[in-house]
Amino acid sequence: MTLIDALLQGILMGLLFALVALGLNIIFGVMNIVNFAHGEFLMIGMYTTYWTSLLLDIDPLLTLPVAALVGVLLGIASYYSLIRYLLRGPAIAQLFGTFGLMLFLRYLAQFLFGIDYRIIQKGLLIGKSLSIGPFIFDWTKLAAGILSLFAFAFVYYFLNKTKTGKALQATSINKEAASYMGIKTDKMNAIAWAIGGGTVGIAGGLLANFYYVYPTIGILFVMIAFACVALGGFGSIKGVFFAGLLVGILEMVFPVFGSLVNSDFLGPHFKFTIVYLTYFIIVVFRPQGLFGWKN
Amino acid sequence: MLRVTEIEVCYSGIPVVHNVSLHVGQGELVTVVGSNGAGKSTLLKTIAGALHPTKGSIQFEGKDIHKLSTPDIVKLGITYIPEARLIFGPLTVEENLELGAYILNNSEETKKNLDFIYSLFPRLKERRSQLSGTLSGGEQQMLAIGRGLMSNPKLLMLDEPSLGLMPKLVDEMLEAVAKLRTIGKTILLVEQKVFESLDICDRGYVLQTGRTIQEGTGKELLNAEDIKKAFLGL
Repeated sequence: MTLIDALLQGILMGLLFALVALGLNIIFGVMNIVNFAHGEFLMIGMYTTYWTSLLLDIDPLLTLPVAALVGVLLGIASYYSLIRYLLRGPAIAQLFGTFGLMLFLRYLAQFLFGIDYRIIQKGLLIGKSLSIGPFIFDWTKLAAGILSLFAFAFVYYFLNKTKTGKALQATSINKEAASYMGIKTDKMNAIAWAIGGGTVGIAGGLLANFYYVYPTIGILFVMIAFACVALGGFGSIKGVFFAGLLVGILEMVFPVFGSLVNSDFLGPHFKFTIVYLTYFIIVVFRPQGLFGWKN
Repeated sequence: MLRVTEIEVCYSGIPVVHNVSLHVGQGELVTVVGSNGAGKSTLLKTIAGALHPTKGSIQFEGKDIHKLSTPDIVKLGITYIPEARLIFGPLTVEENLELGAYILNNSEETKKNLDFIYSLFPRLKERRSQLSGTLSGGEQQMLAIGRGLMSNPKLLMLDEPSLGLMPKLVDEMLEAVAKLRTIGKTILLVEQKVFESLDICDRGYVLQTGRTIQEGTGKELLNAEDIKKAFLGL
């Protein structure tokens, strides 16, 4: 793999990371709550695609709307059954609350589906690749990157061009001021959770096309998403996009770079250390993240 | 139009507004004056539904509103423009104004109101696509007032529009408020600038440590000896 190969692959993964982190950042932006269960939402999106495609015998790509819908419903249900009540407690209760939700969903999945690593065997794009000149892309990853970009663009459009999107932004900037405009905070919170769940559901559906599905997969991606949110800037949609790309590129390019310079130190096992090291360096100089405005 | 009857409001169990009553009639400019900490902002926030009275009642157009939430009160036609202005800094001037019209489900009306605000405050039109956080204090206050007017409120409540402005701008701002009254808006104004605001109002209430100590027309209050004593130290 050359550096340019790695760069292109990194961009595709980065687009997917950005979509995973988007919902986390919207929820944080609107209500200052870190959703630790976000990775489990991704895991549920993956299982949704896995089981729907297997049981209905349809192409995994066609299950994406189902994964999105399950994500939206999961987000809304989490908000109305749990999160709304946590808001009345201290910040630490919110922290432990979503942490508890994470453990609950993870072990519920383990109970229902077992600890097996599952992979989708059959699908339009699975196992196929596209060569453009010297570059070879897996179709599944190409689709994941491009469809993530579309989903991200759709949410970006929604937030910036629709009335409800602007009201969400207003609530995230100052919920008291927004309420003086007649904007109901509770409703905006629920919408944030719906978008958060829906986008990560789609991301899970896309990821299931080329990645193992298992109950504890969430932690790997939620840690990346945390880094993207902090790196891009809390509450910043633009920031989380570029941070996703940056993390995707770093993650792919460094191991290749390591093999080129023949260094064990920069091998694939070290890639996340590099990602988080970069993150630390950036936040030391810019604690609010690259595009952040929220304190 | 608005009738506040003997309300008591508490912050964490301690009453800060005691037994206050006031009313605002259609088309009136009523001002509540008093020094810092007299309970003026608390009073407005309570009418706006951000706080709820522990005693007494608030009626708007004959309907009890003191148990409603802020968004529901906004829908009834009461807009509160907070003291801290609370503009949406990362959004543009025009986006802020459009958010003011959130409860209207009619884009033509929103557009019409936008034109009206721009004619009232031409400065905002010049800066329509600028991020509102970069505006000067006076411009931010204009924006806060403009945003409050966007929903066609029946009653506009202004909390210290002169706060933090330089003296020349204070007069300009209060003139703008007086102008709103002449175009038929009903206004409840809260101010620390006692004399300036009594000068432009129809009627006024003087609040001290959470109690109404005097009420009357603007002229009566301006000439009242104890008010001169209390606020000018004469």
